[in-house]
Amino acid sequence: MARARTRSRLRARRSRMPESHPRRQRPPIVELRDTTVVYPGGHVGLERVSISIDRGEFVFLVGPTGCGKSTFIKLLLRDLEPASGTVRVAGKDINDMARSKVPLLRRRIGTVFQDFKLLPNRTVYDNVGYALQVIGTPRSQIKRQVPEILRMVGLGAKIHNYPDELSGGEQQRVSVARAFVSHPPLLLADEPTGNLDPVTSIGIMQLLYRINRTGTTVVVVTHDREMVDKMRRRVIQLYDGRVIRDQAAGMYATDEDTFEFGARMRNELGVGTDEDDGGAAL
Amino acid sequence: MSRFAFFLSEAYRALRRNAAPSLAAIVTIAVTVLLIGVLVPVLDASGSKTDDVRAQLELKVFLFEDATNAEIKHLQERIGGIPHVEEVEYVSPAAALKILEGKLEDGSLLDELNSNPLPPAFNVKVDDPDNLESVQSALSPPDSTGKPQPISATIDDILTGEQTTQIREVTGAVKILLAVIAILLAVASLFLVGNTIRLSIYARRREVEVMQLVGATNWFIRWPFVIEGLVVGMFGALIAVGILFLGKVTIVDPLSDNFALVENLNTISFGPLIAALVAGSMVVAALGSGVTLRRFLRI
Repeated sequence: MARARTRSRLRARRSRMPESHPRRQRPPIVELRDTTVVYPGGHVGLERVSISIDRGEFVFLVGPTGCGKSTFIKLLLRDLEPASGTVRVAGKDINDMARSKVPLLRRRIGTVFQDFKLLPNRTVYDNVGYALQVIGTPRSQIKRQVPEILRMVGLGAKIHNYPDELSGGEQQRVSVARAFVSHPPLLLADEPTGNLDPVTSIGIMQLLYRINRTGTTVVVVTHDREMVDKMRRRVIQLYDGRVIRDQAAGMYATDEDTFEFGARMRNELGVGTDEDDGGAAL
Repeated sequence: MSRFAFFLSEAYRALRRNAAPSLAAIVTIAVTVLLIGVLVPVLDASGSKTDDVRAQLELKVFLFEDATNAEIKHLQERIGGIPHVEEVEYVSPAAALKILEGKLEDGSLLDELNSNPLPPAFNVKVDDPDNLESVQSALSPPDSTGKPQPISATIDDILTGEQTTQIREVTGAVKILLAVIAILLAVASLFLVGNTIRLSIYARRREVEVMQLVGATNWFIRWPFVIEGLVVGMFGALIAVGILFLGKVTIVDPLSDNFALVENLNTISFGPLIAALVAGSMVVAALGSGVTLRRFLRI
């Protein structure tokens, strides 16, 4: 614990990230160290992956299907447990915590999925309100907060509609609102625009970007090349369960052959090796 | 408290929005409870009737007319000491005559007699009809030649009631049959109700998944389902109880006015029966919901 904290302090000093970190001394919000995930049946989901994401970052996670992106998300929600290595969220090893504490972890992480995962028999208001009910928010506060967040995502007028009365883009906005209504420090989006047309996608991305500007760390798993290229944020590329690129302000893909690139990055940054958690040494 | 109100409103919402599966569960429970409500009194009455019949099986020990009071008293104590004997009732010739008089339609027949031909006797009741034989052999153990020899010289004859063996066997079989029917009924209703509830929850397993995703604890998810189960169980049972009550008022009550048979059924009375049915179906339905949910709550 103490060692990790010292390391993160050192790293913070070295970091050349913009001045958007109010509290650099705190541990990274997400830290995978040498994490390997093996699915039942022997398929390797992630292989000795080390990634560190600081508070306030906006990170794209890219790579072909089956490369381990969803595994990464599931790992952070403790839907999966690693075969080896550690997964830390806000400095806490989440695989050390009791099973009964998992809901508490999930309340601190907002999630957005490709298939929205809304509760079908609840109105927009109740869907967003449910996330607050779960953490025991008083009714009066829910009444204030939910319309406010729905106005922010641009759904102030559809507050009493049911999900099946909304378009895909609108449903995704509800899901973003639900993920952000309790202002979690971390927001994970698993292909949030996978089911949406390009124009709608831009709206959703803008929303995620605005959320990021409030200080929430946002991790977006995506196939949307155009979006990644336009936004120019940190890009972590996975291939076959390994990190082959970790680049600040990156593109969806590089011209360089990915294997060459991956080898170079691993040499430069030590990603995927024991010596250093180079993921943050940008 | 506000949390409890939230669970209540969640349960109400689920019932309203999933009207079809909820209705299916309510109907299933109503039918099952109705079946149990009819069969429990019937089984219970047949059981107690059977017990009545069995309880009437007894041994009659006839004595010689010249038995003295001291001998009779001594023998009564001796018989009372035999294992499994529950009661030894002395029937004097005069009392026997009275009983006979009661059984005859025309009592004047007995007036023709100038003396009482009936011998003094004991009615020996045993704790269980299956022990009749052992008591009988204790009363007249076989002597060296293998012939039964009464334990007292005052004993004239020992009779078991007519068809004792047949009655014993038939009633025994009836009791086993009733037990099997009761067990089958209980198992069948548990499975029926359990399955219906499982189906209606299975349709909502995605919902449970989403709730877990936003960090709801297992009990936070479970309580509304349990309350829903309670409500479904209650409504189902109330419908069944309503039908049972109608049946009682329109069919059973008029019958018992006219027929001694129905009246004599000593079975569980209506109040406790419906209380047990309502409580039982609520508990089964609520437990069914809670337990079924466990499968979807595994993280």
